[in-house]
Amino acid sequence: MNKEFQLFPEAASSVASSVDELYFFLIGLTIFFSVLVAGLILYFAIKYRRGNRHVDRLQHPAPIWLELSWILFPIPILLFIFFWGASLFFKIYRPPDNATEITVVAEQWMWKLQQPSGRREVDTLHVPMNQPVRLKMISQDVIHSFYVPAFRLKQDVIPGRYSTLWFEPTKEGEFQLFCAEYCGTEHSQMIGKVVVMEPNEYQNWLAGGTTNEPPEVTGAKLFEQYRCGSCHTLDGTRGRGPSLIGIFGKQVRLNNGRVVKVDDDYIRKSIYTPAAQVVEGYQPIMPTYEGQLSEEAVMQIIAYMKSMTQQAPAAQGEKTE
Amino acid sequence: MSAEDKNQPTAAQLAAPSLPKKHYLNSRYSPGSWLLTKDHKRIGLLYLMSITFFFFIGGAAAVLFRLELMTPQGELQPDTYNKLFTLHGITMVFFFLIPAIPAVLGNFLIPIMIGARDLAFPRLNLLSWYLYMVGGAFTIYVMLAGGVDTGWTFYTPYSSTYSNTYVMATAVGIFITGFSSILTGLNILVTVHKMRAPGMTWFRLPLFVWSNYATSLIMVLGTPVVAIAILLVAIERGFGIGIFDPRLGGDPILFQHLFWFYSHPAVYIMVLPAMGVVSELVATFSRNRVFGYRFVAFASVAIAVLSFLVWGHHMFVSGQSIYEGMVFSFLSFLIAIPSAIKVFNWTATLYKGTVTFDTPLLYAAGFIGLFTVGGMTGLFLSALAVDVHVHDTYFIVAHFHYIMVGGTVMAYLGGIHYWWPKMTGRMYPELWARISAVLVFVGFNLTFFPQFILGYLGMPRRYHVYPDGFQVLNVMSSAGASILGFAYLFPMCYLLWSLKYGKPAGDNPWNAIGLEWQTTSPPPTENFTKTPIVDYEAYAYPGSIIH
Amino acid sequence: MHTPEALSTDDPHGHTGLEFAHHFDDWQQEYQSKSLGMWLFLVTEVMFFGGMFLVYMVYRYQFTPAFDASSRLLNLWAGAINTVVLLASSFTVALAVHAAHLGNRKMLVRLLAATLLLGVVFLGIKAYEYSEKFQPGHQLVPVAGWAFDYHGPEPQQAKLFFGLYFAMTGVHALHMIIGIGIFVYLLWFARQGRYTGGNFVSVELAGLYWHFVDIIWIFLFPLLYLVDRS
Repeated sequence: MNKEFQLFPEAASSVASSVDELYFFLIGLTIFFSVLVAGLILYFAIKYRRGNRHVDRLQHPAPIWLELSWILFPIPILLFIFFWGASLFFKIYRPPDNATEITVVAEQWMWKLQQPSGRREVDTLHVPMNQPVRLKMISQDVIHSFYVPAFRLKQDVIPGRYSTLWFEPTKEGEFQLFCAEYCGTEHSQMIGKVVVMEPNEYQNWLAGGTTNEPPEVTGAKLFEQYRCGSCHTLDGTRGRGPSLIGIFGKQVRLNNGRVVKVDDDYIRKSIYTPAAQVVEGYQPIMPTYEGQLSEEAVMQIIAYMKSMTQQAPAAQGEKTE
Repeated sequence: MSAEDKNQPTAAQLAAPSLPKKHYLNSRYSPGSWLLTKDHKRIGLLYLMSITFFFFIGGAAAVLFRLELMTPQGELQPDTYNKLFTLHGITMVFFFLIPAIPAVLGNFLIPIMIGARDLAFPRLNLLSWYLYMVGGAFTIYVMLAGGVDTGWTFYTPYSSTYSNTYVMATAVGIFITGFSSILTGLNILVTVHKMRAPGMTWFRLPLFVWSNYATSLIMVLGTPVVAIAILLVAIERGFGIGIFDPRLGGDPILFQHLFWFYSHPAVYIMVLPAMGVVSELVATFSRNRVFGYRFVAFASVAIAVLSFLVWGHHMFVSGQSIYEGMVFSFLSFLIAIPSAIKVFNWTATLYKGTVTFDTPLLYAAGFIGLFTVGGMTGLFLSALAVDVHVHDTYFIVAHFHYIMVGGTVMAYLGGIHYWWPKMTGRMYPELWARISAVLVFVGFNLTFFPQFILGYLGMPRRYHVYPDGFQVLNVMSSAGASILGFAYLFPMCYLLWSLKYGKPAGDNPWNAIGLEWQTTSPPPTENFTKTPIVDYEAYAYPGSIIH
Repeated sequence: MHTPEALSTDDPHGHTGLEFAHHFDDWQQEYQSKSLGMWLFLVTEVMFFGGMFLVYMVYRYQFTPAFDASSRLLNLWAGAINTVVLLASSFTVALAVHAAHLGNRKMLVRLLAATLLLGVVFLGIKAYEYSEKFQPGHQLVPVAGWAFDYHGPEPQQAKLFFGLYFAMTGVHALHMIIGIGIFVYLLWFARQGRYTGGNFVSVELAGLYWHFVDIIWIFLFPLLYLVDRS
């Protein structure tokens, strides 16, 4: 964990070594061209120095292929790097379906995390080794960035919308977590660690917490507490607002004619700015819950709605046409 | 040096060149003749003095935080550290690098190089200096009043809602300075279009003029956009209108788009004129025509155009769509081609030339080497997957300092040395100049090379407290910064010294080709006693082939 | 450049001993430089307003209901009359440039005065429109802490609309005020016949600037007032 002097960072995720390969290729290329240019400059400058009388300075018109050669010959190299970098980038940002979802709320200057089993942490993240993990992240104030150098991964955490990052740790141990986007006074103290454990150790650790309420259970309690059910039924019947059973992941038509998918961002927006995207056929009467429900609470309610979809995949959703 | 002067009141000295009787510096002496001057040469010198002032303010801030970074647990308060790097960024970018070459060397040289008596709009030129100074005064006010801590990038919503520092005054200062560079760009464009001497066709223009022309295009097209972006931040901050803060309904990423739409091209505002200087230096000191003249000229324009299409590469990890990332990555690779064209052509210019190792050539060679490293590391950042890791780390810091300091400042110093005899009529002491050129090169590499390694290790930028493992490299970097600091002080001392004691240079001390060397040193107020007529190509050195 | 190109045919005053600044070779060079300079300046202005138009478009797409509802709260008649006023002033300024080309001092003075007057009328109507938005009970100024009497969908985003409304029309009005200052200056010297002796450059440049300010309004009016009126 960066206690001692080193020249190269540890590689501890499934993508780290692929990133390093591209990096080393680029270093090789840089050395090649820098040495080529510097060497030619030195060679020409010394050979054609004014004092050197034994040199042929008679010039001939330069052939056009010479100029064209150094215009054209970098192009395939550049394209090669582009495709390499882009394909790896796709791999880095496309999460697999079976990833465990951990929620992250960033605020000046700490990281608040919650495991799917409910265990919560601050500034430390425990994850199982060799299993894909997906982070769903949001910021409560300014822009932050979740950065684990040993994983070669970074993702900005933005206020107002969810961003995601996934990784698969491949090495046991503790790895440094940094906030990489400048976020104010204590920016450089917004650090933490990622602890990678053997899967069964991880399971033991999960069970060891004091508050182990899974987010969807908390979400259900919040749903009760804020009396969401007085407008939104959970059995598919029409209330003052749309029924919420089984709608997650479905398409809905809004009263302005647009069709949107019910995803995390849509639900979050519907809680904080309900009038923005009203489902067709309903009145914009829902009050905003901004200031009453924290970002974490909203994430728990979303978890609750997702769990309803999973429990009742056959349940009749709200009519979307 | 001064001893040498005293010892030689001999015939050799008498035959040596002397200063002309009447020139732009001694035509009038009153303060008003400087502060209200419309002479582009005097305005160039006003800029020279003011940007030097801001350079040393920005440099002092850098020295302070480099000292702080020698220990993992800093001595300074975190807020102080944040204000220092913000001050460094703002003064260096907006008040030094952007105006450095166009407003000092460009102002002084472009009219002379194209055979004109002045820029097209002399009063506008003076106005832009005053706008610069007013903008600068705001920045100085902010610095004295307590500073600003947003970083020079002003990312929202931190800058618009959360920061408790003097964001408004800083924004106003930058807004005003923006108009200074718009007016400079506009003036240069019109001058190059309309004021060329008879026979000075577009393809006889020195490449310095071409590159400043391309720079001016960016200034005119890009600066208004950042002006409006910063104005919108000020509106959000002042009135609480949610343009960028999501809590008020805005979108923080939209600010990044607007900001980088200007600020990436601004990188080329800083480096394109430097490339122009290097073209001049390489040609003069190899006594050869710049190889592939037209390719180098068009490469400048290509860079100016492409620079507007790559801003999204600053946002690969901001959550923009991955397809958007791919497009911007691809376009960013394209811009490497015109840069490569320039590097190869400069190198080829030395071939079969007659090379002398005067100070300006040392700086030019330093530029080419460091710019090559800076440009190649730019490929790391265009390659999406690597950028994910090194974005917002010291790798970026090292990369852009290789371009901005290793590139632009080296070329600027080379240009100042090269045209110093023309501007002042006197030579600088060559030995001291060579020593400090080498010191700048060594100090620079020691400062910034370790930062590449730090960046790949994962040290984020703008950290004033860092893990112990990063200390060795940070200490190396700080040691290099102290060498660099001294290396920058030397030229100021001996150049000032040469104002009084330097040997008179004569009209053409370098034996160079170019209209600026055909008039006296220093030139008369009207630049030329008779309008020159150009009937030869640029860099038509004996023996070189004109294609 | 050194070999002056022939001017357009409606210019009878080629290079007949007109005064020009010392650093130019002749009057033609100065004339061409100034025209090019003005066009370039207008390009920067397009980029300047372009930034705001971009922000407007992004949010109008994202928050259509709020923008539509807010747009209906603007005073359509005031906007429409102002459009007519501004178009008329563009017409008078075009005639003024023509009068300067012809060398007709009386006509030039009258047309400049008419343009000036129309500009003031525009600002007057604009000021009335602004004052409406400050009326208690109908207050629509999105300043933090002030009452905001908007009762449609997405009130937060409606503030965004009105913020953009004030920013865009405000910056436009600032350009109008600068333009009026220029016309006062021109009027003063036009009475002395400075622009009718063949040196019409300043009138032409002011005309270009005024047309530009007009064109900006031609974009602002539909975007702000007309987006959702059918």
